Amino acid sequence: MGLIKFNGIGIHSMSVVVPKEKVETKSQNHLFEDEYLSKFIETTGVAERRIARKEVCSSDLCFEAANKLFDEVDISRDEIDVLIFISQTPDYKVPGSSIILQDRLGLKKTTIAFDVNLTCSGFIYGLYLAYSLVNNSGTNNVLLLVGETLSKITSSEDKSTGLLLGDAGCATLVNKNMKYGDSFFSLNTDGSSYKSVIIPAGGFRNISSLATLKPKMREDGSLRSDEQLYMDGMDVFSFAVSLIPKDVKRILNYAGMEVSEIDKVVFHQSNKYMMDVIAKKSKVELSKMLYSIQKYGNTSGVSIPTAIIEQKELIQNNDTFLLNAIGAGFSWGTAILKLVDCTILNIHEL
Amino acid sequence: MELKKFIELFAEQFDDTASELFTPSTIFKDLEEWDSLTALSVIAMVDEELEKRITGADIRTSKTIEDLYNLAISN
Repeated sequence: MGLIKFNGIGIHSMSVVVPKEKVETKSQNHLFEDEYLSKFIETTGVAERRIARKEVCSSDLCFEAANKLFDEVDISRDEIDVLIFISQTPDYKVPGSSIILQDRLGLKKTTIAFDVNLTCSGFIYGLYLAYSLVNNSGTNNVLLLVGETLSKITSSEDKSTGLLLGDAGCATLVNKNMKYGDSFFSLNTDGSSYKSVIIPAGGFRNISSLATLKPKMREDGSLRSDEQLYMDGMDVFSFAVSLIPKDVKRILNYAGMEVSEIDKVVFHQSNKYMMDVIAKKSKVELSKMLYSIQKYGNTSGVSIPTAIIEQKELIQNNDTFLLNAIGAGFSWGTAILKLVDCTILNIHEL
Repeated sequence: MELKKFIELFAEQFDDTASELFTPSTIFKDLEEWDSLTALSVIAMVDEELEKRITGADIRTSKTIEDLYNLAISN
């Protein structure tokens, strides 16, 4: 298992919504030195990001993205059979945001709705789930919503995440049609490194307390509480650089393809340096890569659709895409699929 | 890979640090140019040149360039 092939299932349409509030990396010189900020922009590519207002949740961004889709496409709300919401920043611990979104979006009461807890690999896993469900008889249309407002669980004074992460939400419609041809997925998990990207407290292993909420000065000069996101960027980098090129090779072998047959490559927008090192190791031409990190930062599971939409003028109908993402855990996956007659909306603001 | 070659490659990850400052006993985290972004370059170099994965913990527990070299060749 871990390698899966589908036929006649694909992405019908997609949209992304970001908060209208823009934060330029250079403007953060009250927290970091100018020289550090310049080097950070050069290495990671993040020149600006969007940060949600206090009252805007991930589900709100996805709600808007889904509404934009329903305004534009020929699939109606009544035709949605499944709603999947993937996020680390849901509205509540209980109930799942997917349940609330079924009602907010006016979907029928026979809709299957559930939440999935995944980080940056969320879009690839979400597509796999959507394709799997559409593969069942009786299920025709799946609405996949991936949203993150990681700014709400990140310290702006954290050196790994404070300048890197942006907020966004996306809506993707997956349906059946023979025109889509074959699609391939490789999905992987190695939970032994779960401490590399973690919010150590506030869950049920280490429950919330005044102590866990208090910001603490860390060894690297970061100021962060135990209820804010910790990321060992070096671990993520070394894991990704070592394993992702192997996964790219594995899925190409499975699909019986050469890397030269891939038209566009979209990696999770983790950091530009990391994406380019992985591309080089995977023998991917940089001219085939799509990026959104410069304007939107690392938007976790939303970053792949954000990059596709941000650079949609470079896409031709029937292009073959290779998508890859790695997230907390580690959890990582690669997909090869075609975008056929896909309605790609512009990025909207909320 | 010999230690001498490793030190040469290590030094190539730095733009503004004089080459004579790189020795087996150099405490690399004391170099002015060392930061988390340089660390990524070093990890990428070890991955490419030695086909070995060094972790964040490896970087944190190593003091000298030779310590890191020993970890990289033993991993």
